[in-house]
Amino acid sequence: MNSFTFTQAAAVDAAVREKASHEGAAYIGGGTNLVDLMKENVARPTHLIGLKKLGLDTIENTPDGGLRLGALATNADTAYHPEVISRYPLLNQAILAGASPQLRNMATDGGNLMQRTRCYYFYDLATPCNKREPGTGCSAIGGYNRVCGILGTSDSCIATHPSDMCVALAALDTTVRVSGPNGERTIKFEDFHRLPGDHPERDNTLEPGELITGLDLPAKGFAQHFSYLKLRDRTSYAFALVSVAAALELDGNTIKDARLALGGVAHKAWRDKAAEALLVGQPATADTFRRVAAKVLENAKGYGENTFKIELAKRAIVRALKQATEMKATVDTNAYFQPSAFNS
Amino acid sequence: MNTDYIGKPTSRVDGPAKVTGTAKYAAEYNVPNMLYGYVVSSPIAKGKITKIDAAPVLALAGVQQVFSHENVPHFAIFDRSYQDEIAPGGSPFRPLYDAEIKFSLQPVALVVADTFELARYAASVLHIEYEEVAHETKLSQHIDDAYEPGKGKIGFQPPKSRGNFGKGWKEGVAHVEAQFSHHAQHHNPMENFATTVEWLGDKHLNIYDKTQGAFNSQLLVTKIFGLSKDRARVISKYTGGGFGSGLRPQYQLLLAVMASLELERSVRVSLTREQMFSFGHRPETLQHVALATAADGSLTGINHFAVAETSQFEDFTENVVGWSGMLYDCKNVALGYRLAKLDVYTPLDMRAPGAASGSIALEIAMDEMAYAAGLDPLEFRMRNYSDHDQAQDLPYSSKALRKCYHEGAAKFGWKQRTAAPGSMRDGNLLVGWGMGGGVWDATKLPASVRASLDADGHLTVSSGTNEIGTGTYTIMTQIAAESMGLPIEAVTFVLGDTELPESPLQGGSWTAASVGNSVVEACTKLGEALLKQTQKMDSPAFKGVKIDDVQFANGQMRLRSDSTQAMVLRDVVQASGEPRIEAENSTLLAKLAMLKPPKYSMHAHNAVFVEVKVDPDLMTVHVTRVVNAVAAGRILNPKTARSQVLGSVVWGLGMALMEESVMDHRFGRYMNHSLAEYHVPVNADIHAIDVVFVNEEDDKVNPLGIKGLGEVGMLGVAAAVANAIYHATGKRVRDMPITIDKLL
Ligand SMILES: Cc1cc2nc3c(=O)[nH]c(=O)nc-3n(C[C@H](O)[C@H](O)[C@H](O)COP(=O)(O)OP(=O)(O)OC[C@H]3O[C@@H](n4cnc5c(N)ncnc54)[C@H](O)[C@@H]3O)c2cc1C
Ligand code: SF4
Repeated sequence: MNSFTFTQAAAVDAAVREKASHEGAAYIGGGTNLVDLMKENVARPTHLIGLKKLGLDTIENTPDGGLRLGALATNADTAYHPEVISRYPLLNQAILAGASPQLRNMATDGGNLMQRTRCYYFYDLATPCNKREPGTGCSAIGGYNRVCGILGTSDSCIATHPSDMCVALAALDTTVRVSGPNGERTIKFEDFHRLPGDHPERDNTLEPGELITGLDLPAKGFAQHFSYLKLRDRTSYAFALVSVAAALELDGNTIKDARLALGGVAHKAWRDKAAEALLVGQPATADTFRRVAAKVLENAKGYGENTFKIELAKRAIVRALKQATEMKATVDTNAYFQPSAFNS
Repeated sequence: MNTDYIGKPTSRVDGPAKVTGTAKYAAEYNVPNMLYGYVVSSPIAKGKITKIDAAPVLALAGVQQVFSHENVPHFAIFDRSYQDEIAPGGSPFRPLYDAEIKFSLQPVALVVADTFELARYAASVLHIEYEEVAHETKLSQHIDDAYEPGKGKIGFQPPKSRGNFGKGWKEGVAHVEAQFSHHAQHHNPMENFATTVEWLGDKHLNIYDKTQGAFNSQLLVTKIFGLSKDRARVISKYTGGGFGSGLRPQYQLLLAVMASLELERSVRVSLTREQMFSFGHRPETLQHVALATAADGSLTGINHFAVAETSQFEDFTENVVGWSGMLYDCKNVALGYRLAKLDVYTPLDMRAPGAASGSIALEIAMDEMAYAAGLDPLEFRMRNYSDHDQAQDLPYSSKALRKCYHEGAAKFGWKQRTAAPGSMRDGNLLVGWGMGGGVWDATKLPASVRASLDADGHLTVSSGTNEIGTGTYTIMTQIAAESMGLPIEAVTFVLGDTELPESPLQGGSWTAASVGNSVVEACTKLGEALLKQTQKMDSPAFKGVKIDDVQFANGQMRLRSDSTQAMVLRDVVQASGEPRIEAENSTLLAKLAMLKPPKYSMHAHNAVFVEVKVDPDLMTVHVTRVVNAVAAGRILNPKTARSQVLGSVVWGLGMALMEESVMDHRFGRYMNHSLAEYHVPVNADIHAIDVVFVNEEDDKVNPLGIKGLGEVGMLGVAAAVANAIYHATGKRVRDMPITIDKLL
C-alpha cells in the first residue's frame, strides 16, 4: 500500500475540483473495495477524496413518481428503505443477495457500481492481466476462469462485473446521475458499464473526474412479479456464478411487459432487450421461458472452467421467470430451508 | 471417581478473555521500540533470484534493513538444524538461505521498518529479478514417477497389505472399482501466522509465536540460531485456530528471530492471508479403490491405492490408505501409498490428516459396493464389522462403533430410507440420505505437568501445551478441580510457555489424553506432598496415613474411613511456612510405555448420517440434516466436545461441497488466496447438526479412558454428503468438492 493523503470533501463541486487538481486521486465511498485493492497494490491512489459529507446519502421520491438513491446511501439503507421494499422489491432482493451485512452497512450505492472485477488474476500482481496492466495479456483465458464471463467477452478480457445490485438496477431501467469537470449529466444504466473490447482497463463510460451523485429509478418497479435468483458456491458471502433479475407485468397469464438481466456472466449486468421482447405477448409458461433462455445464451462462449455457466444460466432464467410469475420461491432460495425437525 | 466436573458440560474458562479481547495473540504483544518486518514473496514457482536492488528501498526514511539471501548469515549449515520435531524426511526449506526458488510465494526478502505500513510499502517497491525455469505442479502428470516413501515422519507407518487381494477379487460376486480425487486445501485459521520477538538484550528473546507447540518453535530456534533455551523463551497463550497449520513452525518465526538478532531490536513479522497459502497444506491426492463382496455381502477383497503430492525437498507422509485395512473385516487387503514430488511447499497435517482424504474414497466406494451388492449401506457395514484390528492383529481396547451405527441411525430415522436413487422427495426437491464413518488413533504421549497449591488455597496447574480453540484450558481445569476436590474457580490452568513443564505438540487429538492424564498424576503427587506436610502437623488422625486412605473434596483432605476427619488444604500449605506446595508428575513410565509394543488397538470411531436436498433443475445442494455419532471413550466436557464435533462436521461439509485451493499450473500458483474466494461454509450453509456421544468405557486406553475428539468427527462426512447426493440424484461424483458444475 502506498502512502496517501486524505480530504473529506464538503460539496460535490469541491470534490470534483479536488479530483481534477490531484493526479492519482480517487474518490472513496465505503472503501470496501478500494481499500482491499490498495492493500493488494492493484490500486495505488496518492490522494483519497472522502464523499461521506456531500449530503448524498438520502433516498427521496422524485416528482415523476420514481425514487432517487443518493450515491452515498449505503447498500443496507437502500435495501431496507420502505420505498424500496414496497415499490422496488427486486432491488431489495438483489442487494441482500450480495456480500454480507457488515459489508452492506459500509458499501455505498455509487461504490457498488464502481466496484472492480473479482477475476483472480486481476488481484494477483504476479500474473498478467490486461485490465490491471493493459497489454500484458489475459491470464483468465486458458486459466482458472470459473468466475469469468460467457457473454460479451473479448480476446483481451473475459472478466465479469461482480455486482448483484447492478443487475436489478439494469432491469429496472435506472438512470445514473453524474457530476464532472464539465458539469452534470445522466447516463442510462445500460450505457454505464461497457464491454471489455480492446480496453478492458475501462469498466464504464464515466469521464475522468466524474462523480456519481445518484441513481434515479423510474416509477415502474414491477413490485407484483419479480425474482432475483443468485447461484453461487455457498449460500452467502460469495459472488454470483450466475444471477438473474426477472420482472414481469402480467395480464392473467399473458406477459405484458418483461425485464430480464443477468449477473456473473459479463463485463456488465447483462440486460437482454431482445429476449424481453420475445416474452411480451406470450403466455408465462415454462415453454416460453425455455425459448427465451436459449435466446439469451445463443451467443454465449465458454472458456473451459466456466463453460457450465451457459447451461446454468439457462436453467436460472427459466426458474427466475417462473418464480416471478408465481411469486413464490419455487425451490431453492436462501430463505427456503429451515432446519427441519429430527424424526425421533 | 466422583465426578463433580469431569463429564459435565462446562463453559470455556477462557471464554470471557476471548470475547472481551483480553486474550492476546502473537501479533498483539506490543513491546516497546519494536520494528516491523514484511515478507516479500516470490511471484514464480521455480528458478532463481538474479538481482535484488535494495538500495532505493534502504534509502527510504524509516526502513532499517532489507534481508535476503545476499546478507542473511548462514546461522546453521546442516539439515538436522532445520528439522523441527515433526519434520518429515528430507531437507527442510531454509528461508532467505540462497537464491533458489522452490515454490510460488516463497519468502525471498524481509523488509524491516519502523512501522508496518512503511515495511509493507517498501516491500511493494523492492525490485527483484528472477530467472524462471519450468516447474511441475500437476499431480496427475506425475503418477508414473511416484515412489513409496520410507518411514519418513515420526509415527508414519507404510500401509501393510494382507492376504491375497487378487484371490479375494476373484472370489467376489459383486465388484466396484473407481478413482477418487480431491484438491489441495489450506488450513486458513482465522489468525494469520505471526511472531513478535521481544529483544531483552544480550541475545535474550521472548518469542510470542503463533504455533501449536511452543517447545517445537523453541527447538527450531535454538538449533538454527545456536541459542540456549533460556535465551529463547517461546510464549503462545492463545492460538486463533490451528487445524495442523501450527504443528511445524512457520518461516515468519525464523525471519523474526533472525531480524531481531541481527538488528538487536524487537521485531514483529506477520503474514498476509495470501501468504497463508505459501506453506503446508492438505496434499492433493488421487486414489483408486476396488472392492469385492461375496453373495452374503461380506467383503472378499479391499484394494486402496493413493498418490499424494509432496515437495521436491521433503517426503510428507500421512496415513491415507491404512484405515482401509482396519475399518472393515476382510482377509484380503492390498494397500499402496506413493508420493510424487512437485514444485510446491511441503504439505502439512491438516485436521484428520490422511484419514479425511482416504475416508472419502473408501466410504464412497463402500456406498457403491452396497448398491452393487443390493444391500442397505448401513446393513452392509454391519455385515463387515471388524471386531479385531486385523491391520495390527490386536484386540480393540474398546470399540463402540456398533452403538454409533445403531444410535446414529435411530436418531436420523435411517429406517425410513428407500434405496433407489431419486426415490425420496420433499415437494419438488430431491432428498438424499447417505452415510459414512471412520476411525482415528487414540494416542497418548508423555507430558509433564506441575500442580501448585498456594496459601490461599488456589491451585495452579501448568504445562507447556497449547490451546488451539479445542477447549484445553477448560478440560484441564475440570480435571484438576476434580482431582483436588476444589471448586473450579479455585483452579487455574496455565499453558503455552516453554518455561512450563514440557508437553508435546497440540495435535493428533492426543492432548486431552496426554496432558489430561498427566494432570491427574501431578495432582496425585501434590496430594502426596500435602499429606507429607500433615505428618509434620499436629493432626493425630492423619498420622501414618497413606495417600490411598485419603480423598480430596470441598477444599479438604479427608480420611476415606471417616470423612469427619479432614484438613483444610489451605491450612496445610500455610502450616508449611512456604508460599506454596507443588509437585510435578514423572513422565518416565509414559516414556517406557512408548517403547513397548502395544497390547491393544486403541481407536475412536464415528458414523455419520447426512440428508441433502437438491434442487432438481438448478442442482444446488443443501445439507439439511447431519447426525454424527461418535465413540471416543470418556467425554470430559460434553459442551466443548460437541463443539469439536460440530466444527468437524462443518469442515467435512466444506470438503464435500466447496473447499479447494485452486492452482493455475501455468504459474504453479494457488489463485484463490483470499477468504472471499477460498470457500469454507458460512452460517447459511449449516442446518441441523446433531452430535451423539455413545457410551464407551475403556480402562485400557489410559487411566481416564479418553480417546480424543479433535479429528474423528470429520471422518466420513464428505463421503456421506457425496453418498447422499448420489441417493438424491443418481449422480456419483468422486472428485471433491462437489460444486454445482459437476452436477449439472
Ligand atoms: C468479501 C466481499 C464480498 C462481496 N460480495 C459481494 C456480492 O456477493 N455481491 C455484490 O454485489 N458485491 C459484493 N461485494 C462488493 C461490495 O458490494 C462492494 O465492495 C461495494 O458495493 C463497494 O462500495 P464502496 O462504497 O465500499 O466502494 P469503495 O470501495 O469506496 O469504492 C469502490 C470504487 O468506486 C469509486 N467510487 C466510490 N464512490 C464513487 C462515486 N460516488 N462516484 C464515483 N466513483 C466512486 C472508488 O473510487 C473506487 O474506485 C463484496 C465485497 C467484499 C469485500
Ligand atoms: S479476464 Fe480481464 S481481469 Fe481477468 S485476467 Fe483477463 S484481463 Fe485480467
